[in-house]
Amino acid sequence: MGAGRTVLITGVSRDLGRTFARRLASAPGVDRVFGVDVIPPRGDIGDVTFVRADIRNPVIAKVIAKEDVDTVVHMSVIATPGSAGARGTMKELNVIGTMQLLAACQKAESVRQLVVKSSTTAYGASSRDPAMFTEDMQPRRAPRTGYAKDVAEVEGYVRGFARRRPDVAVTLLRCANVIGPEVLSPLTSYLRLPVIPTVLGFDPRLQVLHEDDLHRVLQHAVQEGVPGTFNIAGAGLLVLSQALRRLQRPSVPLPSFAVGTMGSALRPTRKADLSPELLAFLTYGRGVDTGAMREVLGFDPTYSTEQAFAEFGTTLAPAGGRADRVLGALASRLPDVQETSRRPAAADGSLSIAGSEA
Amino acid sequence: MGDAEIIPIGTGGRPGRGTGKKPSSAARGLAPNAKRKSSPPPEEVPPAGEEYVAPAPADDEEAPVSSAPVSSEQPEQPEQPEQPEQPEQPEQPGVVPESPRVSVHEPHGIPAGDWLAAFQHASRELFGDQWEPQLARFLAFLRRRISGDYSVDEYGFDAEITEKFFMAALRPIARKWFRIEIRGAENIPAEGGALVVSNHSGTIPVDGLMTMVSIHDATGRYLRPLGADLVFRLPLVGSVARKGGATLACSEDAERMLRGGELVGVWPEGFKGIGKPYSDRYKLQRFGRGGFVSAAMRTGVPIIPLSLVGAEEIYPLVGNIPSLARLLGVPYIPITPFFPLLGPLGLVPLPSKWLLEFGEPIRTDEYDDGAADDPMLVFNVTDQVRETIQHTLYSLLMERGSVFG
Repeated sequence: MGAGRTVLITGVSRDLGRTFARRLASAPGVDRVFGVDVIPPRGDIGDVTFVRADIRNPVIAKVIAKEDVDTVVHMSVIATPGSAGARGTMKELNVIGTMQLLAACQKAESVRQLVVKSSTTAYGASSRDPAMFTEDMQPRRAPRTGYAKDVAEVEGYVRGFARRRPDVAVTLLRCANVIGPEVLSPLTSYLRLPVIPTVLGFDPRLQVLHEDDLHRVLQHAVQEGVPGTFNIAGAGLLVLSQALRRLQRPSVPLPSFAVGTMGSALRPTRKADLSPELLAFLTYGRGVDTGAMREVLGFDPTYSTEQAFAEFGTTLAPAGGRADRVLGALASRLPDVQETSRRPAAADGSLSIAGSEA
Repeated sequence: MGDAEIIPIGTGGRPGRGTGKKPSSAARGLAPNAKRKSSPPPEEVPPAGEEYVAPAPADDEEAPVSSAPVSSEQPEQPEQPEQPEQPEQPEQPGVVPESPRVSVHEPHGIPAGDWLAAFQHASRELFGDQWEPQLARFLAFLRRRISGDYSVDEYGFDAEITEKFFMAALRPIARKWFRIEIRGAENIPAEGGALVVSNHSGTIPVDGLMTMVSIHDATGRYLRPLGADLVFRLPLVGSVARKGGATLACSEDAERMLRGGELVGVWPEGFKGIGKPYSDRYKLQRFGRGGFVSAAMRTGVPIIPLSLVGAEEIYPLVGNIPSLARLLGVPYIPITPFFPLLGPLGLVPLPSKWLLEFGEPIRTDEYDDGAADDPMLVFNVTDQVRETIQHTLYSLLMERGSVFG
């Protein structure tokens, strides 16, 4: 490839795809960027050439062949029907679209690299899960419905493609839930609910990826071309109750069936989509090991889970925090000792306090 | 102290007390003041106030009348004839002027100053003389909890709440109720990964909790228990377990924790051990499939056998309702001599005396690489651990005089 590279990106009608395409178009070493989607993107796509094509039919093969595409970034595995319409359409887009795209790539001699944005939803969420999933682990229970199943199938096709075209560097990025001020996803719309229903008696561990880091990791993957499957997530974890306290969002614990019912009641309003796999996630949580991301892929997210949440929180109107203010006012009347003995005191000094409290 | 003596003055009307010749010292002392303060007659004090006003001008004759209400103060008088003057001086400015003031401004309720004083007193009681910094620290703790400003590790372990709440709540039970005695705590390495393997008993895994507290108190390390998936399926139990440092008993998590240098606890008997009938007490059940041994071998950490005597007797399991258990999806529904019979009271564990003995660490780092995949070797080591625990149990039982000793 004498000059720069020619990249084809699917799924640019969505914000994440569009902004990534723009970002990649201005990256060094990249000559041309083609954005493919069924509907045109709503925002500015900069230097990206938009190709209106449906990846579900073979037209995509012609685009790849004609434009001599050498890198394909597949981002159109979608988690919500959203603009696509119904669940049926979504599944078709995800599964059939991926099949067609991979078939086209297999035919095209020019393709040297494939980057697929997948999701950690592939691991599912259940009470039998290990605390941290590494890339070689399988979900404890094979997903039977929805997005999780789509992801599993898409990954299956990608692995098949990698076997048939060993000369193509295939990078499969299993990204944790993407979060950010602009992001619209099942998790962010859940967190934007005025009162957040939580599953009674469960406190899931959450791991998120900031949208900025998603863009960076995709670009990193395109530029480095490290083949393999990688979990992508910000450092550290938060539990849901803690995250909600940090966001100062009011929450109400409900039994899991009630949360499910509420989810289906909310679906038509498009306010939130508490799909079964999101509900499982909000019950049991999930953690993924990001060792390979750091060591093999050589990528380090700028935002930790905590920071990503904090950044997300700045766009929300805080609705709680009253108790904290009261305690703060009370504490301000007392001598300022807590700063000196913050963590150490927690470790040894203050047993008597805890004892009296208990 | 002035208050305590003044209060009876207003109890008026009761007969008795006083010689009948002279006014009591209290009456003498009060008279001039009562005259002074008589101008604003308060609503509640009037009965007392008026009585004082009346006797005051007419000195001697009426004295007995006025002395009557002060009856309860009399006993002090004969003993300490000199004292009346001293308490009276502080009393009058202290109480008499205050009572009308208070009743005018705030007829009901306690003045803010009293609240503050009570609060300070309570704080001092609770936190000792250093109450201000202690309270500030406590408030800081509360704020951290409320604002979510604490951290959990990748297994969901929340060290702060474990230390300050779970441990603090369990410690009295460990010390006072079960009177736990620990032996061989020096066998627990001060740092680095190690696997504590213990017998399991007691119908409800109280032994796990008590082991956690005991190890923390003896060594300062947190024991990270591995729990069955049932634990994580149950609401509340699962989230509390994760906050307390537990994780799922699977080889991935066990190896990950051991590699991370944690002190991991396993109870390989599982439900077979904890739910065995009372007649089988202290008979070790099968040690699973020896997965804990392969985990230790792969990570090269020592195995520390722990023999725990006492937990068998806390809820003597005499029966089971298998059909109901199947219906609820739990391994067993326990029947103890007290449990369904006495209702919630039956949930109080019997206060047996507990002994915890940590045995010599069994090293696993000398085996070669493939050892963890050699089933024969794994079974042998599993048996070795099991035998060690069983023998220690027997010797501890011999040593223990009686169950509740």
